[in-house]
Amino acid sequence: MLQKTPPGELYLSIQNLWKAFGSFLALKDISLEINEGEFICFLGPSGCGKTTLLRAIAGLDLQTKGTVMQDGKDVSNLPPSQRDFGIVFQSYALFPNLTIEKNIAFGLENTGRSKSDIAVRVNELLQLVGLPDQGKKYPAQLSGGQQQRIALARAIATNPGLLLLDEPLSALDAKVRVHLRHEIKELQRKLGVTTVMVTHDQEEALAMADRIVVMNHGVIEQVGSPTEIYREPANLFVADFIGEMNQIQSQVTKGGRLSVGEKTFACLSHKFNDGMPAIAAIRPEDIIPHEAGYLDTGGNRNCIDVTLDEMEFLGSFWRCRLSNERFGSSELIADFSINAVRRLELEEGRTMVIELPENRLMAFDVPETAA
Amino acid sequence: MSEISINPGTLPAGPDIKPKLSRDDILMRGSMIVIALYLVATLVLPLYTMLSKSFSTYRMELSQYEFQVSDDAGQFDGTILSGDALNEQIGAFSGTELSTGSDGRLSVTELFPDFSFRSPVMYQIRNTSDTGRFLVGSTLQDDTDWVMLDSNEFRRVQLRPVQSRGLDNFVNYFSTPALFNSIKNSLWISVLSTIVTVTLAFWFAYALNRSCMRFKGVFRLIAMAPILVPSLLPGIALVYLFGNQGMIKELLFGASIYGPIGIVIGSVFFTFPHAFLIISTALAISDARLYEAAASLRSTPWRTFWTVTIPGARYGLISAAFVVFNLVITDFGLPKVIGGQFNVLAVDIYKQVIGQQNFEMGAVVSVVLVIPAILAFAIDRMVQSKQVALLSARSVPYQPTPNRKADRIFLAYCCLIGLFIVGLLAVCQFAALIKFWPYDLSLSLKNYDFNKMDGGGWGSYINSIKLALLTAVIGTSVVFFGAYLVEKSNGFRTGRSIFQMFAMLPMAIPGMVLGLSYIFFFNSPSNPLNGIYGTMAILVICTVTHFYTVSHLTAVTALKQMDREFESVSSSLKQPTMKLFARVTVPVCLPAVLDISIYLFVNAMTTVSAVVFLYSPKTTLASIAVLNMDDAGDIAPAAAMGMMIFYTNAAARIIHLIASKGILKRTQAWRGR
Repeated sequence: MLQKTPPGELYLSIQNLWKAFGSFLALKDISLEINEGEFICFLGPSGCGKTTLLRAIAGLDLQTKGTVMQDGKDVSNLPPSQRDFGIVFQSYALFPNLTIEKNIAFGLENTGRSKSDIAVRVNELLQLVGLPDQGKKYPAQLSGGQQQRIALARAIATNPGLLLLDEPLSALDAKVRVHLRHEIKELQRKLGVTTVMVTHDQEEALAMADRIVVMNHGVIEQVGSPTEIYREPANLFVADFIGEMNQIQSQVTKGGRLSVGEKTFACLSHKFNDGMPAIAAIRPEDIIPHEAGYLDTGGNRNCIDVTLDEMEFLGSFWRCRLSNERFGSSELIADFSINAVRRLELEEGRTMVIELPENRLMAFDVPETAA
Repeated sequence: MSEISINPGTLPAGPDIKPKLSRDDILMRGSMIVIALYLVATLVLPLYTMLSKSFSTYRMELSQYEFQVSDDAGQFDGTILSGDALNEQIGAFSGTELSTGSDGRLSVTELFPDFSFRSPVMYQIRNTSDTGRFLVGSTLQDDTDWVMLDSNEFRRVQLRPVQSRGLDNFVNYFSTPALFNSIKNSLWISVLSTIVTVTLAFWFAYALNRSCMRFKGVFRLIAMAPILVPSLLPGIALVYLFGNQGMIKELLFGASIYGPIGIVIGSVFFTFPHAFLIISTALAISDARLYEAAASLRSTPWRTFWTVTIPGARYGLISAAFVVFNLVITDFGLPKVIGGQFNVLAVDIYKQVIGQQNFEMGAVVSVVLVIPAILAFAIDRMVQSKQVALLSARSVPYQPTPNRKADRIFLAYCCLIGLFIVGLLAVCQFAALIKFWPYDLSLSLKNYDFNKMDGGGWGSYINSIKLALLTAVIGTSVVFFGAYLVEKSNGFRTGRSIFQMFAMLPMAIPGMVLGLSYIFFFNSPSNPLNGIYGTMAILVICTVTHFYTVSHLTAVTALKQMDREFESVSSSLKQPTMKLFARVTVPVCLPAVLDISIYLFVNAMTTVSAVVFLYSPKTTLASIAVLNMDDAGDIAPAAAMGMMIFYTNAAARIIHLIASKGILKRTQAWRGR
C-alpha cells in the first residue's frame, strides 16, 4: 500500500473531468477535491452524472477528458484493477454460489496471505459488520440489509484507501435503510477510510455526509457541509432539490428589498441590482405564524396577511397552505408546530399574519425555463 | 461553498484519455479475437469462397492455342493453325461442350480427325497468351513457347479451361427450367408446411397452457420427440405407410406420397417441436389480469381470444412461422428420401455436387437458397427484438379453469397429434424389426446387422457418437467462453459487435450451403488447413459452427441474468477475471452450459445436411448411413439406424436430465433459501 497522506490532507483530486456518450455530455468540466478520511455524498436527480463520476473515479467507465489523482498518483487512465478502492453496488453483487465467508475472502486470496490469516480476517470483518455467525450461509439466505453489510465487508476486506458506495441503500426497506445508514457512517468513522457515496436520497446525504456534492445536468451545483447546503443553497436548484422551498416571483427594489405586489420584504444580501426580477424563497419551517392583526401592533415590515386554506396533520407538525392575492396563483407552504397551531387557534379558512424573517428569506435567479 | 463550476460548454480540444489496458483486458480481447478468427476461418471465408465460386465460370478458349503439324517425315512447313479455326472447320466441340468446371480437361486430338498415335507425324503446340494452359501428361505448360511432341505424346495433351468472373452461372441457372422450378417448389412447400405446423402447434400449445386437460406432461414429452431423430426419418415412415407397398396407402386415394404431400407431412413432423416450443413460451407468459379485465367487461370468449390471447402470442407465432419456414426450405434429408421427382433447392445442391460434380452450379443453387433463408432469419430477429417484456413484475400468471367439454376436446386433439408423432416413430421401429416387408412379417434383428449394408455399418454409429460428444464438449466450451467474452469485456465496442454478427450468421446459413462451402475452402490444396479435410476434425468444426447461433444465444441469455457488476467487484478486489469466470460465472450458469451441450449433442447425432459433403470412408456417420442405406434401397436397415439415433438421443437426454439434477443439487445449493 502506498504511503498515506496525513488525515485531513488532500486525498482525491478531480480536475476538469469531462465525459461524453456520443454527443451527450454526461459530465462537464468537473473539478473536485476530497480530503483523506472524508465522507462525501454525490447527490442529485437521476441522470445528473453522479454515478458516471463515481465510475470514472473507480476506472470502471473512463472519463473522456480530465485527470483523477488519488493519493498523489495520477490514476486517470488506469484500469480498476490497478487502482486502490473497494466498491459496493446497489445490487450488492454478491457471488450467489459462494458462501458469505468465501465472498469476503475473494479479494484476500492471491495476496500472499495464508489460509489461516484469511480465515482470521474474514471473522474479524464479520464481527465488524455485526454478522459473526453467518459465514457458512449463502447470500440468498440473508436479508437485503445483511447482504449489503456483507458486500461492505467484502469491499473493505483488503483495506482499500478509498471506499465507493453506489446507491448502497436504495434497494432496502425504509426502516432498514435508516438503521444501516447509521451503521455505515459509524463504520466509516471507525476505519477512517475516505468514502464517496452516490445517492439520490437527500435525507441520506444530509444524515451521512461530511460534505455533499450536489450535481445536476453533469455539473456540480454546490459543494458544502449538510448545514451549508441546507441553510445556504447556492442557487434555486439546490434550494429546491434539498428540502422544501417556497418560491415567489418578485422584483428587486430600493435597498435590495424584494417586492411582491406593492409589499416589499427585507432579505439576506444578494447579488441583484434594483429593478431585476428575482425569486424570493423561504423554507416552510422558517415561516413564523402570528395571530390576525399582528401587523398593526408590531409594525414589522416583513409580515403579511394570509388566508389559511388547508391544513394537513403530519404527526409532529401541521403543514399549512396559505394564500394571498399578492402571491398570484402560487400558494405558500408553511410548517407550524402543534404548539403554535394550538396557541393561535388556527383552523382552515381563518385569516392570519405570517412573518418571513429577514435572515431566512433568500433571493435567487429566475430560472430560464420558468414562464 | 467552494469549487463551484458551472461551465456547460462543449468538450475542450485535446486528446481523449486513452485507457491503459489491464492484463485481463488484453487476455479477454486476445481470446475474443481468437474465437472471432475461428468463426472467420470456419464460416466467413468458406462462404466467401463459395460465393466467388458461384461467379466463376470456366471455359475452354480454343483461340489461345496454336498448333503446327509436320509431314510424315517430321518436317514442319511453318503453317500455324489456331485452335479456334480448327474447331470451326471440323466442328469437334459445340459451344456448350466448351463451358466446363474448374477441373475441366479437353483432349486436344479431337481437333485432328486424322490423328493416330502411331503415326510419325510430329506436333507443336503453344499458348498464345499468358492465360493459356495445357497439360502434357501431368506437366503444366503455361508459357508461350512452342512445345514439340510426337504423336504418342501429343495424345496426352489436355487443354485446361480459363476462369472468368461473371453472372454466366446464374444466367445458365435461370435458363434451365429444371433448376429454377425448384425455387417455386421450395417456396410453396415451405409456406404450406409453415401454415400447417404453426396452426397445429398453436392449438397443441394452447391446450397444454390454457386448458385443464390431463396428461399434459406426457404430451409435452411426445411433442419434443421429433427433435431426437434426423429429419429424413419421418420420410421413411411415410414410405412404409403410404409408399408403393404402403400399409394404408389407400388413404391417399391414388395420390403419391413421393413428392410434395410426403415432404409437407414429414416437415410438419420434424418442425413441430420447434414451433411448439416457441409458441408455448409465448402462451406461458400471460397476464391473468388482462383476462379478468376482459371477463369483467363481459367480452365473449371468442372476442377475448382475438383481443387478448392472439395479440399476446403474436410475436411467438411470427417467430415460430419464420423458424419453421427456414427449417423446411433448408432441409435436405426429408425431400431426398420422399421427394421423388419433386425437386427442391436443398436437394438440387446435393444433386449438382454429388451427382454431376458441377460445383459451380451447386454454389449457384446455394446462393439462391441462402436468400430466403437469410430473409426469414432477419425478419425473425427483427420480430424478436420487438418483443419487449410483456410481463411486468406485477403480472399475475394465468391459471386455467376446468371446463369439461373444452378439456375433452383439447385432450382428443392432443391425442391425435400425439398419435401422429408416436405413430410415425412406431412405424419406423416396426419396419426395423420386420424381416421383409410386406412378404415376411416375422420379427428379426437382421436389419440391425449394419455391417452388411452400405453406409459404414456400426462404425458409422460409433463415429456419430464420437462426433456428438466432441461437438458437445468443444462446442460448449468455445461458445460459452466466446459469449462470456463478448458479454462481459470492457470497451472494445466495435470488436464486440463484429463478433456478435459472426455469432448470429450460422443460423442464417443452411447446412447444405455450409457443407458445400467447406469443400471449396478446405479442399483447396493452397489452404494450410487442407489437412483436416476428410477427418473427424472437420466434421466437429462444421457441426459446431452450424449450430453456433442457438448455443450462443442460450449462453448470452444466461450471462445477461448475471449481475453486471461482478466483473467490476472482482477487478476492484484485484482478482483475475478468469478466476471469477471459473469460480462464479461457470457454476452459476451451469444449467445453461448443460443445455447447450445436450443441444449440440442431439443435433450432431441427427444432422445430415452439412456433413453429407464432408464425411470420408473413415468418418461415415449414422445419420448419413440412414440416407445412404435408404438410397441403396435398404429401407428397413435405414429405419433401424434412424431408431438407433432416436434411442441414443433419448438416452442422452435422460442422462443429461439425471446428471444435471445431480450436479445442480451439489453445485446450486445456494439457489434455495
